[in-house]
Amino acid sequence: MGPHHPSTHGVFRMVVTLDGERIVKLKPVLGYLHRNHEKIGEATSYLGSMPYTDRLDYLNAMTNNWAYAIAVEKLGGLAVPERAEYIRIILAELSRLQNHVCLAGFLLQDTGASGTPLMYAFRERENILGLFESLSGSRMMCNYQRFGGCRVDPSAEWMQQASTLVEGFGAFLDEFEELITGNEILMARTQGIGVLKAADAVAAGITGPMLRAAGVAYDIRKVDGYGFYPRFNFRVPLGAHGDTYDRYMIRILEMRESIAILRQALRDVPAGPIMDPKAKLRGFSPKPGESYGRIEGPKGEIGFYLISDGSPNPYRYRVRPPSFVNLTVLEDLCLGHTIADSVVILGSIDIVLGEVDR
Amino acid sequence: MLQNPGPAAQHSLLVSAAVLRQVAEFLRDDASLRLDYCSNVTGVDWPDKVVVETTRSTVPDPAGGPAKVTEQKTERLEPGFLEVVYHLYSMVQRHGPVVVRARTANRTDSATLPSLTPVWRSAEFQEREIFDLFGVVFTGHPDLRRILMWDGFKDYPMRRDYVEPEDYAWEPTPHGDLVEKAKRAQAQSGGAQT
Amino acid sequence: MPTITDEERSELRRHGILLTSVEELYNWGRSHSVWPLQFGLACCAIEMIAASMARFDIARFGSEVFRPSPRQADLLIVSGTVTKKMAPQVVRLWNQMAEPKYCIAMGACAISGGPFKRGYNVLKGIDRFVPVDVYIPGCPPRPEALLHGLMELQKKISGQSISGPEAPRHLRSDTNCEFPVPEFGEHDLLPPNNPEVWHVPDSSPKP
Repeated sequence: MGPHHPSTHGVFRMVVTLDGERIVKLKPVLGYLHRNHEKIGEATSYLGSMPYTDRLDYLNAMTNNWAYAIAVEKLGGLAVPERAEYIRIILAELSRLQNHVCLAGFLLQDTGASGTPLMYAFRERENILGLFESLSGSRMMCNYQRFGGCRVDPSAEWMQQASTLVEGFGAFLDEFEELITGNEILMARTQGIGVLKAADAVAAGITGPMLRAAGVAYDIRKVDGYGFYPRFNFRVPLGAHGDTYDRYMIRILEMRESIAILRQALRDVPAGPIMDPKAKLRGFSPKPGESYGRIEGPKGEIGFYLISDGSPNPYRYRVRPPSFVNLTVLEDLCLGHTIADSVVILGSIDIVLGEVDR
Repeated sequence: MLQNPGPAAQHSLLVSAAVLRQVAEFLRDDASLRLDYCSNVTGVDWPDKVVVETTRSTVPDPAGGPAKVTEQKTERLEPGFLEVVYHLYSMVQRHGPVVVRARTANRTDSATLPSLTPVWRSAEFQEREIFDLFGVVFTGHPDLRRILMWDGFKDYPMRRDYVEPEDYAWEPTPHGDLVEKAKRAQAQSGGAQT
Repeated sequence: MPTITDEERSELRRHGILLTSVEELYNWGRSHSVWPLQFGLACCAIEMIAASMARFDIARFGSEVFRPSPRQADLLIVSGTVTKKMAPQVVRLWNQMAEPKYCIAMGACAISGGPFKRGYNVLKGIDRFVPVDVYIPGCPPRPEALLHGLMELQKKISGQSISGPEAPRHLRSDTNCEFPVPEFGEHDLLPPNNPEVWHVPDSSPKP
């Protein structure tokens, strides 16, 4: 199945052995989008790799940038001003909103509701992308975070537009849920399909909404407390069954929590500088050492491991991709189900090939 | 225990290949550590390094004058190795990261390490990737084959001494060796299209 | 043979008389119902999907449905980086599409390898194997840019004549419609490019 298939999320191939319609063995084949990001990272300076991180998980450029910025700030011992942290949180939660809403749309398209929920999802996503564009200049590939802060200071008008969007998003979610969540076709197609147990999830290194749907309460925003997340009051939804319906519902609930975080953040954003005054943008050569920085991206834990030898380019630049590790359990989830179910399960794992193959 | 000199201060533990599996199982099962989540498995290539050592010897002058200082430079070849770095966290106890490193004996014929996939399943795909891109053979891995490049590919691309195939791409303002590359590529293809 | 100019034609149309030629009608039908193949490789694919959604709506240009099967599509929008691992599949899909078929290279990666040009696994442009009709630069190009590219393609199709050297590939007997599929070699694809489609561009300094 694949690499060109109407339902795979990018160029992904599954070699499936069938018994009738039931899946007996499934081996994923990756690498169709392997773009040598890590090798290019060794040949580019630290700042020069920032636009490449946009293209990893190409739906959430802002969170990729933030993860890389955290890793480099750990490596170089840079501090980030308060306003910049708040802005980063606002953009990360907006990114999470548009990612989860995209996932809901794509998952429903995989079940067969061809196009309509996706249209609704993209309508809201366009509003968020408009915000990103007015701030950073590009809809998707934002290249916005810098080591020690952010690149552009959002104006009060931008904050106002963001507040309006957040207020309207709650109403959109209510409308979406009314149409979709209680839908009996969705429930029949996704409940009990692709059950993932908590112990298997932890052993296989699953992170993100998939892990929480299996019942493990591990959210890096709460565990590591990076940024100023400890200041915000939000809950972490947990699933009880670990099936595809739970994974879908977790994302809907996470969207509501993101709206809560955004409301608090937009209300409390302080004024001040957005960039560390001591940080050098060009000619940045951190001292020799290494660091591993990670954040809770919308798809899971995205981390960057950097080894520096004192030169302007990293010695080793490694991306820890959430979708790649989340695919470890794909075979186990799909065994015994039909091909149609495997498509739905793949949709609920929420992979994006730019990240899997780098 | 290897010190990490940078400000991040994430020190790592260098473990020899013989005891790697036991150390991993200890880290996972010990009640106070419970490092049940292997987050990241990285491969690093450290090529052979030529180290120049200078020894200074002082010979006192028998006549009582200033001592003669001679410098002797010796060159030593430090053999390179491939290194695999594991970042471990504990989901149960919410701590981490614990960084474990393991090194192969050399880069050529004995680039093997025991696989930690039986200990942490999250290492499965990542160790396959290190096999694909660096060439470290993991013994005990359930399914060790190339994951990102195609199966017939012969090189290990992430190594420092990998040479890319001659694959000319147009540059608007070629300079230096790119002009030579352009001329060679044109001569090879037997015709140019402006 | 006396021909009617466009001004005279639009004048007549205003009076309710529609005059056209078979060629114009043929091309009008072909250019305004181009059905793309649903072929998204990477980030540009998301902008392609956004172009088909409610805000930018590619359906009003005739591309109502994105066909999943190559046998039913006549436009291949290569959106995203083509890697060497993926290149044989792209050419195979291209061969499976029925004539008349067109190719749009969307995004910097499909044109020339894009930001990943230094990669060992990146094919430096899909035009090394497949003849491209329209190039859309950008990383990623905005959906409006894709629509502009589609309009350029429509103009190109409208300009094709039914017979003679300007005719499209499927109406001529001297062109080759089957493109060879590259194979995986030990270090690179074999062959690394298709000599009928791509030549090394001239980089000598211009006077």
